Formats: sequence, C-alpha cells, structure tokens
Amino acid sequence: MANIDIDSRAAQLGIDWSQVNLDSIHLPPGEDFGIQSDDEGVYHDDQLEFDTGFGNIIVVDNLPVVPKAKFEKLENVLKKIYNQLGVIKENGLWMPVDPDTGVTLGYCFIEFNTPQEAQNAKEKTHGYKLDKSHIFAVNMFDDFDRLMNVKEEWEAPQTKPYVPGENLQKWLTDEKARDQLVIRSGPDTEVLWNDPRQKNTEPVHKRPYWTESYVQWSPLGTYLVTLHKQGAAVWGGADTFTRLMRYQHNIVKLVDFSPGEKYLVTYHSQEPSNPRDASKVEIKVFDVRTGRMMRDFKGSADEFSIGGPGGVAGASWPVFRWGGGKEDKYFAKLSKNTISVYETETFGLIDKKSMKVDNVVDICWSPTDSILSLFVPEQGGGNQPAKVALVQIPSKVELRQKNLFSVSDCKMYWQSSGEYLAVKVDRYTKTKKSTYSGFELFRIKERDIPIEVLELDNKNDKIIAFAWEPKGHRFAVIHGDQPRPDVSFYTMKTAQHGGRVTKLGTLKAKQANALFWSPSGKYIILAGLKNFNGQLEFFNVDEMETMATTEHFMATDIEWDPTGRYVATAVTSVHEMENGFTVWSFNGKLLYRVLKDHFFQLAWRPRPASFLSPEKEEEIAKNLKKYSKKYEAEDQDVSLLLSEQDREKRKALKEEWEKWVMQWKSLHEEEKLERQNLRDGEISDEEEDDEEAKEVKEVEFEDVIDVTEEIVQE
Amino acid sequence: MRPILMKGHERPLTFLRYNRDGDMLFSCAKDHTPTLWYADNGERHGTYRGHNGAVWCCDVSRDSSRLITGSADQTAKLWDVKTGTQLFSFKFSSPARSVDFSVGDKLAVITTDPFMARTSAIHVKRIADDPQDQDGESVLVLENPEGRKRINRAVWGPLNQTIVSGGEDAVLRIWDAETGKLLKETDKEVGHKQTITSLCKSADDSHFLTGSLDKTAKACLPFLLYLLFHNPPVLWDMRTLTLIKTYTSGVPVNAVSMSPLLDHVVIGGGQDASAVTTTDHRAGNFEAKFYDKILQEEIGGVKGHFGPINALAFNPDGRSFSSGGEDGYVRLHHFDSDYFNIKI
Repeated sequence: MANIDIDSRAAQLGIDWSQVNLDSIHLPPGEDFGIQSDDEGVYHDDQLEFDTGFGNIIVVDNLPVVPKAKFEKLENVLKKIYNQLGVIKENGLWMPVDPDTGVTLGYCFIEFNTPQEAQNAKEKTHGYKLDKSHIFAVNMFDDFDRLMNVKEEWEAPQTKPYVPGENLQKWLTDEKARDQLVIRSGPDTEVLWNDPRQKNTEPVHKRPYWTESYVQWSPLGTYLVTLHKQGAAVWGGADTFTRLMRYQHNIVKLVDFSPGEKYLVTYHSQEPSNPRDASKVEIKVFDVRTGRMMRDFKGSADEFSIGGPGGVAGASWPVFRWGGGKEDKYFAKLSKNTISVYETETFGLIDKKSMKVDNVVDICWSPTDSILSLFVPEQGGGNQPAKVALVQIPSKVELRQKNLFSVSDCKMYWQSSGEYLAVKVDRYTKTKKSTYSGFELFRIKERDIPIEVLELDNKNDKIIAFAWEPKGHRFAVIHGDQPRPDVSFYTMKTAQHGGRVTKLGTLKAKQANALFWSPSGKYIILAGLKNFNGQLEFFNVDEMETMATTEHFMATDIEWDPTGRYVATAVTSVHEMENGFTVWSFNGKLLYRVLKDHFFQLAWRPRPASFLSPEKEEEIAKNLKKYSKKYEAEDQDVSLLLSEQDREKRKALKEEWEKWVMQWKSLHEEEKLERQNLRDGEISDEEEDDEEAKEVKEVEFEDVIDVTEEIVQE
Repeated sequence: MRPILMKGHERPLTFLRYNRDGDMLFSCAKDHTPTLWYADNGERHGTYRGHNGAVWCCDVSRDSSRLITGSADQTAKLWDVKTGTQLFSFKFSSPARSVDFSVGDKLAVITTDPFMARTSAIHVKRIADDPQDQDGESVLVLENPEGRKRINRAVWGPLNQTIVSGGEDAVLRIWDAETGKLLKETDKEVGHKQTITSLCKSADDSHFLTGSLDKTAKACLPFLLYLLFHNPPVLWDMRTLTLIKTYTSGVPVNAVSMSPLLDHVVIGGGQDASAVTTTDHRAGNFEAKFYDKILQEEIGGVKGHFGPINALAFNPDGRSFSSGGEDGYVRLHHFDSDYFNIKI
C-alpha cells in the first residue's frame, strides 16, 4: 500500500498516525490478515535448501543403559572411540539421562569439528560391537527427520504399466542417410542434420540453456547427456529429444560412458578449504537405462590419480577406463602403485583385490579385448629397467612384457580393432641431455605377440603426432624439429613382407601438427592447428596423393562425421572472431559454412557399428556403381530444385529492388525543382540521372615540344 | 590494377571524401592535417594546416570550393579548397565528430561528442556565401539527442528537410531539420545491436547504408543494415525508416560505402585495433568486402591493410575506390575491367 493510501485511511478512522507505536503491534502467530510478506514468494519459489548447521553431529544408539555411577566411565569409553576418528568439540558429547532415575537412555549425541569427520565417524562405527548385546547404530543428526518419517508398514511398490519405449535409434533410419551433430553457441544447444545436398543444416531440436556446462553423445549415439547442478540427464527419442533419465549427482563436473553405453560415470570434485589438502572426489556409476546407481566411490583426489611429482590437481579424466570391448565388462582405475580392475557383474574388484604394480604410471585398454597394457618407468636410477606389459583380464596373466632402457617417457596407442599396440618410447641419448623417440610395435593377434622396433629415418626427429588408421593396418606420424615437419606413413602389412612394418612414404615440410584419419580409413587430414592457423590437407593414403589443400582460418577443432563422408572444422570461442563451423566433403571440397557467435562445441552423433559382415561390405563396395546411380539421380534432382529456388529468389529480390528504384526515381523527379531552388537555381540534377553527363569527352591534343633540324648528308 | 599506396598521414585514417567531380580525394586522420590528393594517381596535392587535434570527418562543397572539417580540438573549420587557407572556425566545447553540407551548401550539420558535463549535440550552422559574412551562430541545436552516448554520424535527409543520426546507442533517428523534433527512430529489435560506426547515403538520397560493431547472438556478428527513406510519396517528412537489406560479415564494421555505378556495397572494418598486435595479421580480417546490394551476397574482397579499415569512399564515377586504415595508409584502387562484368 502506498503511504498516501495509509495516511488517508488513518485520517478516515481518526487515528493520529504519529502516535501509533508500530513495534507494539503483534499479529497473532500464523495469521497474516491476507497480507503477504514481500519475501514470502521468494522463499516458496525456489525451495531453498538451508544448511541446518547440524551436519557435524551424529547420533549413536544402542549404548548400554547405565546408572549414574557408571555414567562417567561410559562417557570416557565413547570419547576414546570417537576421538580416534575426529576432533570432538568441547562439550560435544551429550548423553541424555532420565531426569527421574538418573539412568542413561541408551543413546548419545556427538558433535565433531567438521561434517566430514562426522560422516567418517558414522561410516566407521556404524555396526561397531561394543560387546555382544550392544552394537552401535550410528546416524547423522540431519538424517533423523527423514528416518523418523519412514512408515512402519511396508508398502508394496506399485508396478507401473508397461509403456513401450520410443525407438531410440530412429535417426539411423533417415531416408537421406544423413548424420546429426550437436552444437553449442551462446546459450543455445542445437541438434542439427548435416544436409550436404542442401548445403546447409536442418534443425532437429533446439533449446536454450539445455545444459549448464557441456553436452556429450553416448559412444553409440543413442543418448545425449547434459550436465546440470543437480546431476546429469540423458536425452533421446524417435522424433525430438525427450528426457529419458536423470542421474542425481550434485554439481557434476564430468561424465563418461562405458563403450557399450550401459553405464554412465559421473564425477564431482570439491576444492578443499585448505589448499594443501587434496580435493574431495566423488564418482558415481549409474546404469544408463534404469537410472540406478550401481556404485559410488568417494575419497580424496590422491586415491584417484597417481599424483605425480607435478601434483596434478584433481584426477585425470576419465578416472575409470572401460575395457573388454562393447560388453562393458571391466573398468580399471589407476592409483599409486595399484591398478584396480572392477567387473560390472558385481561392481566389485576382480578377485576382491587390486593389482599391485610398483610405480605404474599409465594403463590403456585394448579397444576390443580385455587386455590391459601398462607402463612402468625406470626405477632405482636406471638399475631396474622400464617396462611395458600386456595383462589379460580377468586372469591377470601377463601375456607379454618388454623391458626398455634409459626411457624418459612412454605413450601407448592402440589400434581401433585391437590388432596392434604402438608404444612411443622417448629415450635419453648417451649424454642424457636430450631425448630421441622410437616405436615398439606389438602384434596382438599373432602368436606370442611379436614385438618390432621401429626407428624413424632420422632418429633425432621429435614426434609431434601419431595416429593409427581406424580398422586399418597403417599409421601416420608427424615428425621433425623444423618449423615445417615431415609426415610419414607406415604399414604393418604389405603383400611382399607380411609381418614387417614398412614405410609407405614421407611428405616433406608440411604445415601440420595434428592427424585426423577418416573413420573409414584411407583418407587423412593433415591439419595445422594453433600456430599454423588452420591449414588443412586432405590426403589419400591409398594413392599417396593430396586431394586438396585448403584452410579454415584459426580452426580449433576438426571432427569427421561417423561415416567418414564429411568433416566439420570449427572455430570455437577461444577466438573472438569468425566463430562457427565449416563442413567439407571427405576430399576437401567446401560444402557450407555456418557462423555462430560464441561457439563452444561441435560433436557429430556417433553411429553404432554396422551389422554388415566384412564380406557383404566388400560386395557392396564392388557393386558401388550400380548403387550409386540411384543416389546420383537424387542428388541431381535436389541440385536442380535448389538452383531453381535460388533463381526465383533472386528474381523476386531484383523485382522488388526495381520497384523501389522506380519509386525513388519518381520521387526524385518530383523534387527536382525544390532541389534546384536550394541550389540557387542551378540546374543541378545532371549528376545522377543524365546519361549524357557521364559521357567522357575525348580531346585530342598535340603539343610541339621541340623542333630540331638536322641535315642529312647523302 | 595494383593499388596506389598513399602515405601521407602519420596516424590512423578516420575519413575519406571525394569531391563531386571525382578528381580530388580528401583524407582525414588522427594527425592534425587533412590532406588533399589527386584521385587519379594518388599524388598529394596539399594539406590543410590549422587543427590541433585528430580530424574526424570532412565534407566538400558541390563546387569543390569549400571544405569543412570536424576535429577533436573542439572546432569545425571551413577552408578554401584551392588555397588551403582557413576561412572560419566554429568553436564548440567538445570534440566535433561529424560534418555534412546540405543540398545547396548553405547549411552544415555538425555533431559534437559528450565531453565532461556536456552531452552530445547536433548543431546546424549557416554557411555564408562570402566568408567575410560567416558567423558562428547556430541555426538549430539539438542538445542531448542521445544522452551521454556519442553520435558518430549525422547527415542531411532529402531536400534538407531532415537530419539522420546514428551513434553509440545503436538507434538511428530522423530529426526535423527546421524544428528539431524527433520524427522517427529505429526499433532496437530490428535495428543494430551495437554502436553504429558509419553511415553513407546513396547518390540520390533515396536510401542509406549503416555499419555497426554489432556482435549480437541473434544474427551473426556485425550485420549491416540498409535503411531507406521512402514512400508514400505524399509528404517527405513521412518518409519512413525501413530496413530493406542486411549484410552480414564476420567482423565489426567501421566503414561502409555504396557504388554509384553498380549495385555493389563495400564494407570495411576488422578486429578492434587494440587487439590487433596480439594475433596473426590475417586474424583481423582487414579486408574491404564487396557485396551485391540486391542479393546480399558476398562478391569478393580487397586485402592489403594491416590494420582495421576506418574509412571507405567510392569515386563518384564508380570506377575506383579508396580505403583508409588504422595503419595510416590510404589505398587507392582502380577497378579492373573484370570488376564491371561480375555475374553472380
């Protein structure tokens, strides 16, 4: 109510406003006379969750009931137990007694310094046996209300009627066999069809503020996961994107799917209040389809990383590496001196214990088999050599191992079908002042897993990038110290020598620092990102020839579509200008560009593996001409239609313009006199409309500069 | 043809203007001397000395006898084009940002920046036939037209009936030149989203082109609006502000110009000058980009500057154009014959 209203109302009632002591007026409790407090709505709206301040208190039940005489003794026992687990606040232990008899009631409250200590004490002593008849039941004080509200009688959960789910794979049945991609720009997240025929994208679904940090496709493309304050959510469906499931995990930072997308791993870390402490990490593993939490892991960041000398803050993601191919059977965690391999049947450790491997620094699963490769660096100042080993899971049998000497660093690269493992080894030179690199190549599928050593032609070349051809036998290496490095291609298999690695060729002085193989192999993009400003070379490895050399200036990201037909290159918001993405054909032809300000992310929707057998695929490839006819005709129709539309649009624009120009002309004509007056009667309009004025007058002009006479003697 | 590189300024260029005959080119820069060049071969003809601050803008009379310049030294000066002598100095209490002669050259509109306690203002001055009679009296002053925001450009509407202004608040306004009443303004929804940096009229005053620093999420990056005064042909003060074309470029736009000969527009700009040194020279995109005026499609670009382009002007014959950059160069380009046969 405005003050004037109040004043006039007071005058009506004959009250002298200044005499009223407002503080003396009390409304009966719970009664507001229909006047809503200004801030009431606010609190109702967001259901704020307040910290009760009792988070550090636990309730210990099932204590012995003791008379007054023994009170102190029991108190001392309890103090002794709980002081080991945390600091009890001064007067923090309170054991209520019956006021009449002085006998304890069999429970007590303990207040710790921090909620973490309380949580820890609860976990450690719940079920603690003081003696046979007194087993502690410990609860958090905060949980009490909730626990008290549990109904005494058990109610059978209602079975919901079965609702057939949507076809989550519908996007694969697109008539034009297009692929989808998701982009994030500004507040919007959009899923689009890549429509190369129309030379544009077609929107599928768009939502502002769909996610709070980023989005990610599941490995087979079924789900799109979004991250929120309350947890993660997956989206999918036949026609539009609907929310399929939510996974509660407060302030989730990172997510990861198992390769068969059965499980979702979510990660949350909390910075410690004391910077010297390790941050707290909580990881949950969910079943994607049911939304059930299968297991959660809590602890300090140290337990989830190897905590190298650099002191990595937090853990390196993904903490859990999934192995065993698409069956999602195992996942492994690397921590100091141990490798913990869990199996998803029980979500427990295999054989109930971790593997002890001293100083292990890196592990890597084979993408298809349950084989784990691990790397242990040199120890004891070089007395104990470094080692790369292959371990079979779950038997934990070492399949193969290789000792390496004077190694400074090591990196493992699995080929996508698990046939080969390449280990890039950086070794010290004799002086220990510099390093050089070589490769150890393991042939996993052959008997006894033979190892081959590959050294580059120039041993001292620095290796900038390495990449296996997906599903193939070749790999590419960028190497060299010069500003323009060389790119070499090798194959593990040739017709002449079956089991020898052979060099296919070297491309000299390329502006490249990253390699992007097409998912179907054969083609590769040699990309020069960062310092090279987005140079792109589309290369055909079968023919060893360059298909196109082009540039997407300042490109930051390159991603092939899952079929290997198109490539998207993007400039993300790390640069200020020209944010957006460009789509190219596999051979480097620019198809279209999309500009989006504040462009953050682009990701193609993955496709599950094809059901066709390799023989069938080969057959199709052989008869490609037959099949392609149909599609070529379709393409032609579309392009005809497009050019027709284009022509019409242009015609309309031109006509519209002509109309305007006519109007302007007539207007100009009408105003001619007035303009003339403004210019003091000067006939002044020849500038625009008189063609004659534009005529250039040519004036010929002869100039005699000098005349000299010469007598020519005959 | 190879562009002619005209090096005569020591500081970034701010404005370029051809005279009506297209034989003279006037350039303004942040150094204090506007310069006159032969528009044909790029030779320097002379300079106009007298300003004591960056010169932001200039205009030349129809008969090429008078030049008016607006400067950060808080004056606008009237010059004799032929002799280079200063005829008169209009004094203001804040920098003069833009100047424009009316049809008939009897009036000039001058805008001043907000400065200290002063708000921006649009002044209309009478230009005397005889410089002896010139006085500094304002015919009309529009105080505070856009508040504390700067007006970057104000020009005369058709028949001197209106004044069109645009500036930092991203709104274009049409004022009655007699009474100073606001007649029209653009809608924020439709118009630019950020500072309007430049404004250029068509040869017949029927429409004009504006450039802006827009970096909105809605449309893609700075876009260029194209607005018009147009029908109904009943009364000219009813001429409306209608958006007719939008051109998108990936970079902030500092300068715009329209070809008088073909249906082409050219825009120039680039990354903010303060960020230039931190990135590769190509990152700035210091290109004069040509668009088809009707189809709104990009035709091509002219590279060469190594700083943002601040000024663009077409020769009235449409056969050459010049660009002035933050790098201090004026580049004069005569079009090749191919240019006149572009088909898209």
